[in-house]
Amino acid sequence: MKINFCAILLSLCFIPFCLFANWLSFRGESGNGMISQSLSPNIDLESKLSWRIDLPGRGLSSPIVVNNNVMITASSGPNQETLHILSFDIKNGDLLWERRFKATGRTICHEKTCVAAPTMVSDGKVVIAQFSSNDIFCLDLKGQLKWLRGLTFDYPNAANGLGMSSSPVISKEVLVVQVENDAESFATGLNLLNGTTIWQKKRPRGANWTSPSILGKGKSQLVALQSKEGITLIDPLTGKNQWSFMEGASTIPSSTILGKIILVPSNGITAVKGLPGGLSHTQLWQDNKLGPGTASPAISGSRFYVINKANVLTSADIQTGEIFWRMRLKGPMSGSPLATSNYLFIFNEDGLGQFVRLGKDKGETVKSLALNDTILCTPAVADKSLFIRSDKSLWRLSE
Amino acid sequence: MNLNLIIRIPILLLISITAEGDVTKLADSLIGIQAKGKGNDKAVQSWKEVSKLSVSAIPKLLHAMNQANNLGDNWIRSAIAEILDHDHSIYPEKEIQDFLKSKKNTGSSRKLAFEIIEDQNPQLAQSLISHFLNDPEPSLRRLAISKLLETARNSKHTKEAKILYQKVLANSCEVDQIIEASQALENAGEKIDIQSLMGFLTEWHTMGPYDNTERKGFNTPYKPEMMIDSSIDYHEKDEKPKWISLTTEDPFGMLNINSQYGEIKEVLAYAHTTFNSESNRAAQFRIGSKNAWKLWLNGKLLFARDEYHRGKTRVDQFVINGKLKKGENQILVKVCQNEQTQSWTKQWEFCLRITDPTGTAIHPDPKLSFLWPKQAIFYDHQNKTK
Repeated sequence: MKINFCAILLSLCFIPFCLFANWLSFRGESGNGMISQSLSPNIDLESKLSWRIDLPGRGLSSPIVVNNNVMITASSGPNQETLHILSFDIKNGDLLWERRFKATGRTICHEKTCVAAPTMVSDGKVVIAQFSSNDIFCLDLKGQLKWLRGLTFDYPNAANGLGMSSSPVISKEVLVVQVENDAESFATGLNLLNGTTIWQKKRPRGANWTSPSILGKGKSQLVALQSKEGITLIDPLTGKNQWSFMEGASTIPSSTILGKIILVPSNGITAVKGLPGGLSHTQLWQDNKLGPGTASPAISGSRFYVINKANVLTSADIQTGEIFWRMRLKGPMSGSPLATSNYLFIFNEDGLGQFVRLGKDKGETVKSLALNDTILCTPAVADKSLFIRSDKSLWRLSE
Repeated sequence: MNLNLIIRIPILLLISITAEGDVTKLADSLIGIQAKGKGNDKAVQSWKEVSKLSVSAIPKLLHAMNQANNLGDNWIRSAIAEILDHDHSIYPEKEIQDFLKSKKNTGSSRKLAFEIIEDQNPQLAQSLISHFLNDPEPSLRRLAISKLLETARNSKHTKEAKILYQKVLANSCEVDQIIEASQALENAGEKIDIQSLMGFLTEWHTMGPYDNTERKGFNTPYKPEMMIDSSIDYHEKDEKPKWISLTTEDPFGMLNINSQYGEIKEVLAYAHTTFNSESNRAAQFRIGSKNAWKLWLNGKLLFARDEYHRGKTRVDQFVINGKLKKGENQILVKVCQNEQTQSWTKQWEFCLRITDPTGTAIHPDPKLSFLWPKQAIFYDHQNKTK
């Protein structure tokens, strides 16, 4: 009998990572709001597994979960000049470590947002925390600093008077960051190993709060950069443009990707599909009745779910744009929804969680959960639980 | 001598020398961090030394922080946090307290020293706060003022509260604290001159409006930024635009350009004033504006910001370091208005004050009056942003 030792070794390396609960980036690992693990709508504040802990500062960044550590950013101080990165035990919310840094960029924001707005991202080995001040920190899972950058320290006009909120992504071991604003707008690719700049490119000038998204897998991955002008697909290794859709796009809700299809918040929603070879695209459909408000759309199965400015949730087909049903939710919404194959989870700004059964012909709110606090963030999901934060608290909500 | 000691002393000495070397190596690499990732590689390499260090290395790292820029400051912060995480032996409290007391050390490193004490010995930290009343580090001073404000708020005796609020005004350099104390004193019947207290520049001459169609005026050097020359009579009847006096009564020095030219769009104007300094000194130019603007000091561009109506104008919105020269200093501000028509884009305004690095107002030398420049001043247009 032949034994493939390499395969066994690889499996052994892989198994421990699989055993841990993970939610590695803004709107999940696919960055499209899709929950691939199970999550019951019966999650509750009173469950034995649920917990709530106080946070040392403000924030509307989402939590991420890496190897059973729940990590989050916060900002405190009279001018929010103290930046916090915190890691909690997923089981009980115990603080595992905290790192505090000083903002080196601008910290003035609109009252509604704050310096801890972008969501952290991880490759499972290190975590990256970016702040509205354009300070970026790379830490290992024990909180040891690997490297840091201060992009407004480097480029003093790289700032938005209302605050920045774009969350970075990791693609092909490159950290892709969008620093887009009225004055000095650029995107950059940073070496994940030491934070040095691999590439930097000028971007359209104008305030932009959207986050980059990843199209494709492995070596063929491209990163989609959205702006008021449209969406540009770049090679994360070089920053070079591969193809663009330049029909304009929103600067608040981000694009949502499933497979090769990108749902761009442009003239409502425009679905574009990257063609084999990664150098061109085709437009599948466009519908101005599907325009999102602040929240980015979420994917579930072959459908996507979009919430408009009037807080109406719409279910539509990804391939065709066909609308199946609509229902009104209680708004207003700042955070984006997440969806399993059967349920959608969304919290409004008043902290009211609305859990919607996603039927074929209709949607139905099966549970509401009041957190009685202002919620502006998008939740995270891991270990059959939902994680959500306010300016004051971080919750684990379990069944 | 005890044999055990004979063996142990050299080993301890060796460990100590090694640790000393580790601190120096680490500190050197962290101080060397520069903008745009320069020095990151070296810092990453040296970082493994952190795990070898004990809490006794903290004072040395704090001293190293004195020489670090803001990036190096953050690296050192993180190193100290990690040392405190892995070494739970008694931290060198006295040395850190001495470091905090010495005002020769930089504000940021002293603030970190305070935070270490606060984490390790909260009671001691609380007892230190009242000593920070006129500390050169604004964040430490703020703590002492906060305590004073709290006592004033809770005081049941009007006279005592007034004295405390006056003390706040005499020492505070933070806008919100000054406002709170001023309002409390005004409610108690006292007249407070916030303009003067905070050092707003209130007497200006403006020239405009100039064209800013498609926001192109921001980078167009119109006549006032080419040079200001006393030989040119800006007040000739046939010369338009011309310098016109504009003074603000706003408590926070807000200069409303609309009041000079009306609510017009896609335009820009220049505001000029003279500031007479008693000495050559470092200063901070604290400008607030929701319009795009440029600021020159004695012909040198200090900073330029090409952004419109992203939030409201705030006091101290931008803090720019510069150097006042003894005598006349020429200050020129270019303020631009864009094409937006929404109600929240009407404002065409700015406020400017000059402070020392702690945020305390620098007042002009009263012996010198407002003057136009005696010699032509030529302006640079390089878009320096630091």
